[in-house]
Amino acid sequence: MGQAFSFANIFGKLWGVQKEIRILILGLDGAGKTTILYRLQMGEVVTTKPTIGFNVETLKYKNVTLNIWDLGGQTSIRPYWRCYYSNTSAIIFVVDSTDKDRIDTACKELHTMLKEEELQDSALLVFANKQDQPGAMTAAEVSQALDLTDLKDRSWSIVASSAIKGEGLTEGLDWLMDVIKDEQL
Amino acid sequence: MSTSSYKKQDPYSSTAGLPDKMAVFQECLQQFNATPVNAKKCRQLLAKLLRLVYHGETFPSQESTTLFFSISKLFQHKDVSLRQLVYLTIKELSSTSDDILMVTSSIMKDIQGNDAVYKPNAIRTLSKVLDSTTVHSAERLFKNAIVDRNPVVSSAALISAYNLLPSSKDVVKRFTNETLETIQSYKQFPPTQFQLHEYYGSATSNLPSTSYMYQYHALGLIYQLRSNDKMALMKLITSLSEGSSLKNSLSIIQLIRYINKILLDDSSLIGHLFPILSGFLKHKSDMVELEACKTLVSLQHLIRDDQFMAIVTTLQKLLSVPRTATRFAAIRLINKISIKHPEKIMVVNIELESLINDSNRSISTLAITTLLKIMGAGTIDNGSGGSESVDRLIAKMTSLMDEITEDFKIVIIEAIENLALKFPSKHKKLVTFLTDLLRDDGSLQLKTSIVDALFDLIKFLPDPSAKQLMLMNLCEFIEDCEYTELSVRILHWLGDEGPNTSNPSYYIRHIYNRLVLENSIVRSSAVIALAKFAAVCGGDVAKNIIILLGRCLNDVDDEVRDRAAISLKFINSNKKKLIVSDSRYDLYTLENKLVHYLNDEENFNEKFDIDEVPVISNEEYNSIEYNRKINKLENINDNSAVTEVEERVKSPTGGEATPGDSLANDLLKQQEYSQQLSGVEQFVEYGKLTKSTIEPVYLSERESEIAVSVVKHLFIESKHLVLQYNINNTLPNTVLQDISVVAQPDNDLYQEDFIIPLAELRPNDTGIVYVSFTIPDIEEAELLSAFGNTIAYTSRDVDEDGQVDPNDDGGWPDEYQIDDLEVLACDFITPLYNSNFTALFDQLPYQDTSVVTINQVDNLEKAIEKLKNSLNMMPLDGSDFVSSGEAAHSLKLLGKDVWGGKVGASIRLASTGGKIVAKVEVKSETENFGNIVISSVY
Ligand SMILES: Nc1nc2c(ncn2[C@@H]2O[C@H](COP(=O)(O)OP(=O)(O)O)[C@@H](O)[C@H]2O)c(=O)[nH]1
Ligand SMILES: [Mg+2]
Repeated sequence: MGQAFSFANIFGKLWGVQKEIRILILGLDGAGKTTILYRLQMGEVVTTKPTIGFNVETLKYKNVTLNIWDLGGQTSIRPYWRCYYSNTSAIIFVVDSTDKDRIDTACKELHTMLKEEELQDSALLVFANKQDQPGAMTAAEVSQALDLTDLKDRSWSIVASSAIKGEGLTEGLDWLMDVIKDEQL
Repeated sequence: MSTSSYKKQDPYSSTAGLPDKMAVFQECLQQFNATPVNAKKCRQLLAKLLRLVYHGETFPSQESTTLFFSISKLFQHKDVSLRQLVYLTIKELSSTSDDILMVTSSIMKDIQGNDAVYKPNAIRTLSKVLDSTTVHSAERLFKNAIVDRNPVVSSAALISAYNLLPSSKDVVKRFTNETLETIQSYKQFPPTQFQLHEYYGSATSNLPSTSYMYQYHALGLIYQLRSNDKMALMKLITSLSEGSSLKNSLSIIQLIRYINKILLDDSSLIGHLFPILSGFLKHKSDMVELEACKTLVSLQHLIRDDQFMAIVTTLQKLLSVPRTATRFAAIRLINKISIKHPEKIMVVNIELESLINDSNRSISTLAITTLLKIMGAGTIDNGSGGSESVDRLIAKMTSLMDEITEDFKIVIIEAIENLALKFPSKHKKLVTFLTDLLRDDGSLQLKTSIVDALFDLIKFLPDPSAKQLMLMNLCEFIEDCEYTELSVRILHWLGDEGPNTSNPSYYIRHIYNRLVLENSIVRSSAVIALAKFAAVCGGDVAKNIIILLGRCLNDVDDEVRDRAAISLKFINSNKKKLIVSDSRYDLYTLENKLVHYLNDEENFNEKFDIDEVPVISNEEYNSIEYNRKINKLENINDNSAVTEVEERVKSPTGGEATPGDSLANDLLKQQEYSQQLSGVEQFVEYGKLTKSTIEPVYLSERESEIAVSVVKHLFIESKHLVLQYNINNTLPNTVLQDISVVAQPDNDLYQEDFIIPLAELRPNDTGIVYVSFTIPDIEEAELLSAFGNTIAYTSRDVDEDGQVDPNDDGGWPDEYQIDDLEVLACDFITPLYNSNFTALFDQLPYQDTSVVTINQVDNLEKAIEKLKNSLNMMPLDGSDFVSSGEAAHSLKLLGKDVWGGKVGASIRLASTGGKIVAKVEVKSETENFGNIVISSVY
């Protein structure tokens, strides 16, 4: 667990000096987005309800202020993701690795989103979540199912994670911070 | 700034410095989308935006939605005062923006947090953001907030729940226990006084008082949830009125109003509810005391005299408190009592007299009018020795007249007029007072009000000599009248009334004097007035007038000459009708029809049909006027109670009646029914609709699942009675199909023709079932009937989308019995006014008499009320007024039956041993009709 596949984006351009970094957590409903957000912010597992709309929290990670938006993943909410795309440094896309039935839907949503002009310069971190569950797809399997290797003009990485156990999260975030520092600061 | 002009700006005016809408819009988008958020700037911008919104500016849906999304981004900033404004703004934009559900989770998170600063704002905004699909997720949240120890949070939750009722009643219903718990709880903020400094620092002023306002909010909500369940309401009322469980005055006032509502529906509960109401007559809040008084006064027909005294005592106390609003409210109620029962408030005489000098104009006005009524009642009480107290009253008024301003004089004039109308037997001194006043100096306004009063008295006082006296006074007045418009009106009036007096030549002389001495406007009116004398009196009078008018043909003024010429032409060619008419068009209907006609150019293809407008005879017109006069004062004071009742009886056809013009409105309503029925094919050949009951009669509880009311329509010419059953389906999830009503008459002579059933009634819809009968002729005497009514239908369940469930095997048939319906004399009579009842009554040919006990009433007043309703005749000579303590009373009623005959009833009522016995004498122009009237008295 915790393997990272990375692909450095050579077209990344320099960003102006920015004190806060804006990150979106996206993914289908029930993938674990809200759990991840609060695990990162408070370090504990909270009980969640389906997110009608969004949660937004600000947290300090390694001296950088992160402004993290967790958007609801229900079909009815997905159309509004785009209202929050602008100025986004990175996207954390969360996948429920046990949900093989909907991995194709997740793939479609991911690629539709990445086509958006406003997200051209954002880095992508995928969490293959719920690794603690038996029968979960591995990060490599998820990567394949999501056609990640097709992505050539952006930095991306997939990290196996368990929000419940708190595994993989910092690893993923560390990668993200490095890329952002490299490309945008 | 220009040096030659300067526009002063009122810094407090609401539009001063209003920011530009588009500029604010653009700046909002820019600032709210920026990272990081500048909290202070954004707060100021939101304040600007709100100011625009509060000032009435709106944003079209697209812009509003864009704004909404940009504002939603401000949730990333934790600044509490920014967050508070975010909530206020979202709340305002919620009605114009789409997709507002996007902030649901964020708001709910805030509510779960502990920040009291914006928590109430968050709750209120949440209720705007939720819809029927998301409301379930907030259920727990609301329950917790309702029972929150912080009263402000609790209030916010209760009000929000109230606002959610229309869309999510089923969810709100589940808050019942929490709401009940809250009504009876005592919450303070801050929780203890030792914490005051934590919230308010060292401030010593503006500390919050503990208002317990949430009790009021909770009560309002629980009422909405329970208003259909009388038993539950009664339980609630009983438990809340014990001890002092309600600490908030508004909530007690609300409770009193609910009690009132219940009693309006079911007066038999008075025994149980009276002690509760009278308990509130002594309370530390004068608002509560006033509300209790107000309710009890409106229920005075249910209250015993000794119980009534407690109300008067409370009101008396309130008359002398420093708060002007309280004094005003108290005296207003006293005034209301004085209309029907002046004798009950004699004890406050002294307070009233001192209030005449109250610094508040409205209070002093009411004090005067109330005093007048009390004194007027005094004149009645003394019976034979009455002249004494009339003298006292007049003396008092005369002395007042010197001290008071003109508006007051007008008030007194109106009051005197009213007194004379109500107690015609006492008119003499009152009339003299008015005519004396007419001779004094005064402005046009004052003189107009005196003349108006005299006109009314001339029209309505039964005594011909009084009429004569007033007319002569008017003649004298115009001899030296500086106001042309008054002269004109009086001349017109003399022309109408003079010819029917015993000495027309007196008036002719006075009118002719005007013709010689006055300006051209007055002269033209005099010409027409004279012409009327010629037309009505004929003979020598006519001959003389022809000579007089002949002289006018040489007048210097065109108008005078024209009028003289045309009058002469009419007189000589015997066209009396063109000079005087004994009827007029009903102006209300005429206006209505004309407006309707003008609304659509298509109508212009055909001529406006004046025949559709009913013609009112002068006799009927007088009835309307009289009724309006008599009811005017009572209705002004009764408005609140009336509107409440009216709202509930508003008929399905949507007619609305304003008090005061009730008879005129009845005509309109009748017209509406007639139009409605003529649209039904089966009724076309029935001919002209003779008469309908105006207000629908309820045959079921108004709140019952299927509420039924009925209107009776009579077609006398074709001998049909059509019962119109208005059926309202209040079941939320049931569609009714094949609805019909079985009406079973107990009179064999009634033949059912057909039923027009209703195919389907969807939830909350109202529809009509008609049942038609052929009724017997008046000759057959047996015209009255009672009907047993059963409603039959098939009920079918519907799903959420309102579709009938196809699997329910066609639903299940059901039927149930509703109340009986009676056809009574009132269905055949309209009220009629005549100033001389006795003379008219003697002349009516057919007589019937009988002695009966009036059921279900225990005092004279109620008996009179009942008779007025079941006979629908007009009480004359003030005979519907009973002063308390009277043991016998005589009631004079007049009406016109649907066959066109007059019908009068002279009813002697006596109260013996708690029973009311009536000796009824009916005289009618239509044979057999008296018998029908008598059968309706019971
Ligand atoms: N076993 C397991 N359950 C998880 C994990 N992450 C989230 N969940 C559960 O998945 C459900 C949905 O999580 P939530 O954070 O609300 O998903 P969201 O809709 O993406 O925000 C919750 O019951 C979480 O407890 C995980 O790593 N392992
Ligand atoms: Mg979520």
